[in-house]
Amino acid sequence: MTSLPTEPATRRLGLVIDLDICVGCHACAVNCKEWNAGGHMAPLTDFDAFGEKPSGVWFNRIHTFEAGEGADGRTVHFPKSCLHCETPDCVTVCPTGASYKRAADGIVLINEDMCIGCKLCSWACPYGAREYDEDVGVMKKCTLCVDRIYNETLDEVERVPACVSTCPVGARHFGDLGDPESSVSQLVAEREGYDLMPEMGYRPTNKYLPPRPRRNGSTSCGSKSAPTEPVVDAATLTNHPFLRWVDRLLTR
Amino acid sequence: MYPAYSVIFFTTASGAGYALMVLLSLLAVLGVLPAERWFGFTGFLIGLIAVTAGLLSSTYHLGRPERAWRAFSQWRSSWLSREGILAVATFVPAGLTALGWVFFEQIWWLPALLLVALAITTICATAMIYASLKTVRRWRNGWTLPGYLTMAFASGVLWLCLLCAVFEIRGEPLLWLALISIFAASLVKLGYWRFVDTETGNATAGSATGLGRFGKVKLFAAPHTEENYLLKEMGFKIARKHALKLRRIALLLGFAAPVLAILIAALMPQATLFLFILAVLANAVGTLTERWLFFAEARHVVTLFYGADVA
Repeated sequence: MTSLPTEPATRRLGLVIDLDICVGCHACAVNCKEWNAGGHMAPLTDFDAFGEKPSGVWFNRIHTFEAGEGADGRTVHFPKSCLHCETPDCVTVCPTGASYKRAADGIVLINEDMCIGCKLCSWACPYGAREYDEDVGVMKKCTLCVDRIYNETLDEVERVPACVSTCPVGARHFGDLGDPESSVSQLVAEREGYDLMPEMGYRPTNKYLPPRPRRNGSTSCGSKSAPTEPVVDAATLTNHPFLRWVDRLLTR
Repeated sequence: MYPAYSVIFFTTASGAGYALMVLLSLLAVLGVLPAERWFGFTGFLIGLIAVTAGLLSSTYHLGRPERAWRAFSQWRSSWLSREGILAVATFVPAGLTALGWVFFEQIWWLPALLLVALAITTICATAMIYASLKTVRRWRNGWTLPGYLTMAFASGVLWLCLLCAVFEIRGEPLLWLALISIFAASLVKLGYWRFVDTETGNATAGSATGLGRFGKVKLFAAPHTEENYLLKEMGFKIARKHALKLRRIALLLGFAAPVLAILIAALMPQATLFLFILAVLANAVGTLTERWLFFAEARHVVTLFYGADVA
């Protein structure tokens, strides 16, 4: 049933991602792919994997952003997977009942046997959490490793999502965000964890911890006099006749 | 958003088909159109073919069309599901109205009025699939629903004009209705384009990443070197100058050409049939262009993670 659970779950399992420590190594994405290619939503089809235009289904993608400008700018690695929202439109727009939000722990899942591959859920998701598997003809998404976290055949320490278990710097935390006493909730409270795109009103469960302020207390990272602007900017390039000619030649 | 041809054809063909059947039934109930057998037969045949072909084509973009029947189950929450149910339900009064008209040369007003209500609701449900998506500001606004409705009626009324010309049914009120429908559709589309040119959503790259607190947020490195599903489906972009050209084509062919045809036909009644064929064809091309633009110009907030500043 694609209506949301009437009794909101008290347990809200999710991830807390620390943007201060993430080094952008993509290990979480790789281990996610490795586990899930054989897990609950398997296969995660790849096309032309070793060719010129590889494409395929991934549940976890790591973007890198530059925030702020000049000397105040910083590079932030930004892993993004399903945020297991409390009021996700991806679930309610589903015409078949394939998409659902679990009442017990808030995990958003897809029943692959019922999915007709209409792709509307991926349109409804602001976070790009759902990727269509062209080979199987159904939508796929992060399961929060539902086949790991409750898996009693695994050692207890391994009963966390694959991305969390593999992060070499401990930038990913897994736990119950519905319990204010849980370690993840405490972490969010302490570091002022925030929601992505709160104005969409989806109330994501996953939280992001912002990069910490610089050690010297200022937002700037070096001496204020050192210019770090590029020597040749676009305006110079297009004003200089020779460079303009080179630009034209190269873009031909 | 990627303009999928199956969905473009579906929304334009079924919209026109529903509008044609609405106008046939309503004007027949009001006594403006005669309950003549072959006129009714042809009208409903065209309407039902357009609607059915549209519905079938919409299943082409499904990954698993054999499971399409499952889409009738989630009407409580999903506009797509509601649309599916309404579309199928509309066949019942459409069939009954056609039955009475073709076999008994009578207008059964109860199924006819039910058809009017259901067909209009179906067009609205189609529009609501798009108008309900919070992620696409250019769809989630007050212009989308009137756009679908008026475009459907502009096409439907032109088809009916042609049909009346073929069956030599005099219908001055119909011509006025055509002019009003086309005028309304062009007003709504102009308003829509004005809206999308000036409005953007609240979400920004800063709010999407939460990094806006540090200043301007720019994508430094994308997660992948090649296009993925998200970029193919949601990252489709059209150059503004192309969009403006296509808007003019949509306005000229969809609205201006049919109006001109109607006016010339009033002066040269002997050329009416030929002119109305041209009007229907021009309007079809204009409407398809408009619908293609409706998708191609729509921007999805997920692009904020891929270098867009606003969506």
